[in-house]
Amino acid sequence: MSSPIETDVAIIGAGPIGLFAVFELGLLDLKCHLVDILDRPGGQCTELYPEKPIYDIPGLPIVTGQELTDRLLEQIKPFGATFHFNEMASALKRLDDGRWQLSTDAGTEIIARAIVIAAGGGSFVPKRPPIAGIDAYEGKSVFYAVRKMEEFRDRDVLIAGGGDSALDWTLNLAPLARSLTLIHHRDGFRAAQHSVNQMRELVAQGKINFHVASVKALHGEGGKLEAVSLAGADKSEWRHACDRFLPFFGLTMKLGPIADFGLNLHENLIAVDTAKFESEVPGLFAIGDINTYPGKLKLILSGFHEAALMAQAAFHVCRPNEKLRFQYTTSSSNLQKKLGVA
Amino acid sequence: MKIIATDRSGVSREIEGRDGWTLMEMLRDAGLPITAECGGACACATCHVYVEEGWYEKLVPKSDAETDMLDMALAVQDNSRLACQITCSDALDGIKVTLAPE
Repeated sequence: MSSPIETDVAIIGAGPIGLFAVFELGLLDLKCHLVDILDRPGGQCTELYPEKPIYDIPGLPIVTGQELTDRLLEQIKPFGATFHFNEMASALKRLDDGRWQLSTDAGTEIIARAIVIAAGGGSFVPKRPPIAGIDAYEGKSVFYAVRKMEEFRDRDVLIAGGGDSALDWTLNLAPLARSLTLIHHRDGFRAAQHSVNQMRELVAQGKINFHVASVKALHGEGGKLEAVSLAGADKSEWRHACDRFLPFFGLTMKLGPIADFGLNLHENLIAVDTAKFESEVPGLFAIGDINTYPGKLKLILSGFHEAALMAQAAFHVCRPNEKLRFQYTTSSSNLQKKLGVA
Repeated sequence: MKIIATDRSGVSREIEGRDGWTLMEMLRDAGLPITAECGGACACATCHVYVEEGWYEKLVPKSDAETDMLDMALAVQDNSRLACQITCSDALDGIKVTLAPE
């Protein structure tokens, strides 16, 4: 394992609020590392609604989730934050010197003076179909993502879903699977039309199968899938032999390991004060949708405000012997230098 | 108006529906375990419900956006809807819905 990273602040979550926290902390010369389970910044904004317009960001009458993320990235560029994508914050412990050690499931260790949880609704994890006993097959025969295509070579692959992931992997795995069957609850798809056309072409050529059907049961032993029971639109059921099953129903949010960080949670939310946005544990801050306090509104603009106040408090945690000088970006040449505009 | 909502353990209860509000908001505010992660933007498919026969037909038909979003829901049936896309009104007084599994 590589040696731990040392920084001022570790931020869990690279959604809009985590990104803006980099800005507010950066103005105070605090360096940040961000950890996010997704493969890109933006959190819910880019995962759930990249193309949907947002109308209540002050000064931006209309902006999409993707555009807002892009603008925030541009705004925080001068501060050189480090991103750790595709990693889940998995454990947090306090060191003897008062600093924190944050571990991720990918083995990254970050030692920071303050921790900021900006995790929104929690970690995005794949939606798991409600099929009895599916957990016994996960990671062996049932996969929610394709990490290595070789895993599917010469296999009888079953793919479920109607979105882009389902269709893209149907097209990509068709040439190397022994057989491939796509199932979906209707003969229509939200996926890109050109992918759907290509899929239908493969079906017409007899290279893959498509059924309007859903999986009712899994059959196998010791995590080795042998067959599934499928139910068709007319409720008829049949057995379908397959040894790999890929359900693609998108992602949902689960709180995940944060629940084990020793915080007092209120319905999966972290209680904070409204002066510092600090939890009951000193040095551990929570901003954005993950926190709760009297009058809390889950709005992006509220999260921005929380980030600004949190940064002032985090400064005192990270630089206990320094005096914080409050300055405005419009007038301070010192801040403008940090922003690279002076 | 009244809504008869059945949770995932099969327990039914009657909740109040407010005219012009969405069924998702009513279920959520009544404390039923409905995720509704995107807050009603038809962007997550986590307010999936089954609407009882007889009532399903009375609803304003699904938009293309809702039909597409249901592709991301689990255990979709012929009577599946996203509760954030159903607006409460007196015409739906007594509507019966069941939370879909998640």
